[in-house]
Parts: sequence; structure tokens; C-alpha cells
Amino acid sequence: MAGRLKVFIGMAAGVGKTYRMLQEGHAEREAGRDVAIGYMEPHKRPETSALADGLETVPRRRVTYRSTDLEEMDLPALLARAPELALIDELAHTNAPGAEHEKRYEDVRDVLAAGIDVFSTVNVQHLESLNDQVTELTGTRVRETIPDAVLGEADEVVLIDLTPEALIERLRAGKVYPGENIEAALGNFFTVENLLALREVALRQVAQEVEAKRLVVEASLGTRTERVAAEVPKAVGERMLALVRPQPSSQRLVRRAWRSSQRLGAPLDLLWVKPPGQPIEGEVERQVTALRHLASVLGATFLIEESDNLVDGAARVARERGTTYIMVGESESPRGLARLREPLPQRLMRATPAGVDVRIVARREGKEE
Amino acid sequence: MPVGIEHLLIAVALVAGLIGGYLIARSRLRGRRSERPQAIHQILLPFTGTEISRRALDAALRLARAEEATLMPAYLAAVPKRLPLDCAIPAEAAKAMPMLEAIEQRAASQDVSVDSRIERGRSYRHALERLLSRESFDRVVVPATAEAGAGFSGDDLVWLLEKAPAEVLILRPDPEDRRFVTANGSRAAA
Repeated sequence: MAGRLKVFIGMAAGVGKTYRMLQEGHAEREAGRDVAIGYMEPHKRPETSALADGLETVPRRRVTYRSTDLEEMDLPALLARAPELALIDELAHTNAPGAEHEKRYEDVRDVLAAGIDVFSTVNVQHLESLNDQVTELTGTRVRETIPDAVLGEADEVVLIDLTPEALIERLRAGKVYPGENIEAALGNFFTVENLLALREVALRQVAQEVEAKRLVVEASLGTRTERVAAEVPKAVGERMLALVRPQPSSQRLVRRAWRSSQRLGAPLDLLWVKPPGQPIEGEVERQVTALRHLASVLGATFLIEESDNLVDGAARVARERGTTYIMVGESESPRGLARLREPLPQRLMRATPAGVDVRIVARREGKEE
Repeated sequence: MPVGIEHLLIAVALVAGLIGGYLIARSRLRGRRSERPQAIHQILLPFTGTEISRRALDAALRLARAEEATLMPAYLAAVPKRLPLDCAIPAEAAKAMPMLEAIEQRAASQDVSVDSRIERGRSYRHALERLLSRESFDRVVVPATAEAGAGFSGDDLVWLLEKAPAEVLILRPDPEDRRFVTANGSRAAA
């Protein structure tokens, strides 16, 4: 039987991931389990090193690469030692050439396959899908990344959270880096703005992981893959859908929708329900291109659904995409018999699955586009 | 027929005629408005950063209003080389959104149509080049700045004059120009 993986994730170095991993290692040992440290990186932090005392450590192996002696986890030795639980720091680490695998998470997979439980650590910016986002937020790109699937394989993900102010205080007190590196760190990566952004990303990531674990697989639905695919829209939390038209006034609706989606941490879809047969040319084509372009800038998805009924088209897409929130622009005042018709938001609420909220974005005062 | 009733019928006919004429004229006017092709004239107002000279914005709005043109405020974002050029840029978008909102509010109060853009490039000039290749404009209004490193450089403006397939209006920095439109409204320079 494969071992279980528990990952301690944090927003940045110094939040206490390794410390917490060691604390839990001690607790497991005291509970009677056979625990060994496969690899630990103390980063010259005396408190962390002290906490490793009392836990058996599998000796590292020395690797010489380009005349430099490097120390790596000794995977064969750890597998031969075969503890019940191995503590392996820095999941995203890249091994020196010549090791069994290029990346440490691949070593961890071997350890798990051998039936050994693993506790490991990672920072949020090492997740592949977040790497670009974190680079843009902080201006710093990390080279060592892991596929998001590795985190998805974890049986438990524990967020080690600290406020940016507390982390900077730890940094100033010399608890994260040695004295000579503190000022450089404070001036570059460890700013309150960077840490706030990273903390938000870490919290959202773990919230998504928690949601994903809530997948309820119904036995009545086809194969396991089909069942999971059917449940995914329900499991990813909030998802927004903004109903747009190829005209400049839709840009304001998109901006409002994007700001809400950012606050909720929800993916955003932009949908134009196109009347069948309407050609996309001239001004319409120009506005469709502009919407597509804006969606790309914002990281949203632009969709065109052909239907002669706006409500039916929107409801169909909302069901397919697992939408939880629909935003529509304010309609023009109806004239004539249209006054007798039920307003769009009500029709949308009746047509979409229960629990989908509909929000109306008011038109701006004065002349619209 | 008694004279009183006759007068009454004439009055009713006059009122009905007036109302009918008004309704026909209104519907024709509406029809014309909705038939009016959009964006015949476009005025581009490119900007960078989180504020724009109020003088430049007001000049662009005055022109747009006088010519019944659509104003296209365009936020130019420089994407670092370590990121793909077409990647999502949420941090830049977060700066651009409130600025575009503030510009649209000001434009709406002056009855000017707006069609906003956010354009990416490796530099501000590159972003502007991409925008010019994608859209067509009748005019480009650019605020020159006296502050080194802010907005468009002198080289950028020369390039724009040479390359832009439209009339370029460069507003020279005015010592009296101390007001800016920001995401939070207006501010006066210190």
C-alpha cells in the first residue's frame, strides 16, 4: 500500500514550514511511530536545527558537480532504512545531476510507492501554475517548480500562515537569514506588499485544495474519470460569468466582474450569446476582438454561444462551466409589449441551477457608448 | 353644427396632430441615432501609470465632443521579458481598471463616448505600436511630460510623429499644469 503524503505549504521562506514538520515528526515518534529525517534544510536557523535533535537522520550523500561538493538526499539509503514516516524538506528542490531523479518530488513518489508516509514542505511560488502570477506580483521568479498535480496527490495540505508583519519581524530578528543577508532580503523580496500578495495566493490555493477534496463521487455515474469530471464544476468554488455584448459599454461590466472575481478568487468567463446567423464583421468584429483581447489581459475566458434566446444560451453555459455568479448589465427601459415581459435577471434565475446568484451592473449616468 | 363643438373638434385635431407629429419625429430621431455608425472618428489617448494629466484628458474630451468622436483611453502595460507577451497581467490590470473608470466617468459627464483598451508590449512604445496596428484612429493625443522616466520619452514622441497613421497632438508640459486625474479622482501636484 502506498504511503500518505502531507505537505506543509507557506507563502515564503521563514514562515515555519520545516519547524512545523519537525514538530509533527516528534509528535508521531512520541505516538510510537518509526520516524526518520530523509532530508532537512535548516538554513542556518538554530531553532530549527535544535528541533531536529532526537530524530534519526538518514545521512546525506555527497555529489560532486563541476568541482563543487553538493549534499543531496540519499534515496537508496532512505528506502533501505524504510521508516514508517520520512520527513523530506523542500519538495521543489532540483537534484544534482547523477541522482536517481531530476526533482525531489520524484524521489518522494518513490518513497511513497515503497509504502512510507512522507511529510514535506513547499512555498506557494514553486507551484507551476502560480509561477507567472507570483512573478508578476513580486518581480521575482523562482526556477524550481513542481507540477500542481503533486500537491493534488497529497492526502493533506497544511497552510503555515503568518502575517507579513510577523514574518518581517522574524527576518529582522535574524531568525530567517544570517545577519549579512537581512537588509538585502528586506529591500527585495520581503516587502509587506509582496508578502500580502503571496499570502493571498497561498490562502486561495489551499482553499481550492480543500474544495477539491470535497469531491463527492456518485457511484451511479459512469467511469471514475467521468464521475470526477462531472463533479469538478461543483468542487472548484465560486465561478463568475459576465454576459457581454460586442459593444464598448460591455467593457465596464467586464471591469466590475473582474474586480469581483479577484475579490472572490473566482475564475471569470465572459459570454456573448450571439443570435444565430449574425455575422461577425465590421464593428461587431472589432468589438469581439477587443473583448477577446481584454479577456486575455485579465486571464478570463471569452466564450461565444450561438442561441436565439439569451436566457437559454446563458443558462446552458452556466451549467456547463459550473457558474455560481452571473453578472449582467442594466437593460434599456422596455417599451411597448416588452414591458409585460419578466425582467432578465428573474428569467436567468429561473433558468439556471439553484444557488446561482445574479447581479446587475448599473449603467453609468449620462451618455453611454 | 354648433360653433362651440366645431371649435372643440378643431382643438382636438390640432392637439392630436401635434402629439402625433412629436411621436413620429421622436421615433425618427431615435432611429437615426441607433443607425448612426459607431466609431467613425476615434481619438486615442494613450497613458501609462496611475495618473494622467487633467489638461491632456480635458483636451482630448473637448476634441472628442466637438467632433462627435469616440475617445479611446488606452492603458499601456510593459510586460517584463521573463513573462510571455500575451500572458495575463492582473497586477497591471488592477492599476488600469480604476484609471479607465475615472476617465469614463469624466467623459460621461461631458457626453463623450468611450471605448477603453489595455495594451501589452515589451515597452510602452511597443504597446503603442501594437495598438496602432490593431485599431484605426483619426487623432492621437499624447501628454508630454517634463519628468524624466515618466510616461513617453522624447524619442517615443518622435517615433509616434513618424509612424502614427493619424494626426498626432502632443501637449507640451505646462508649468501651470499641476492637476492629474487619478483612480481616486483628481489631485493637484505638490
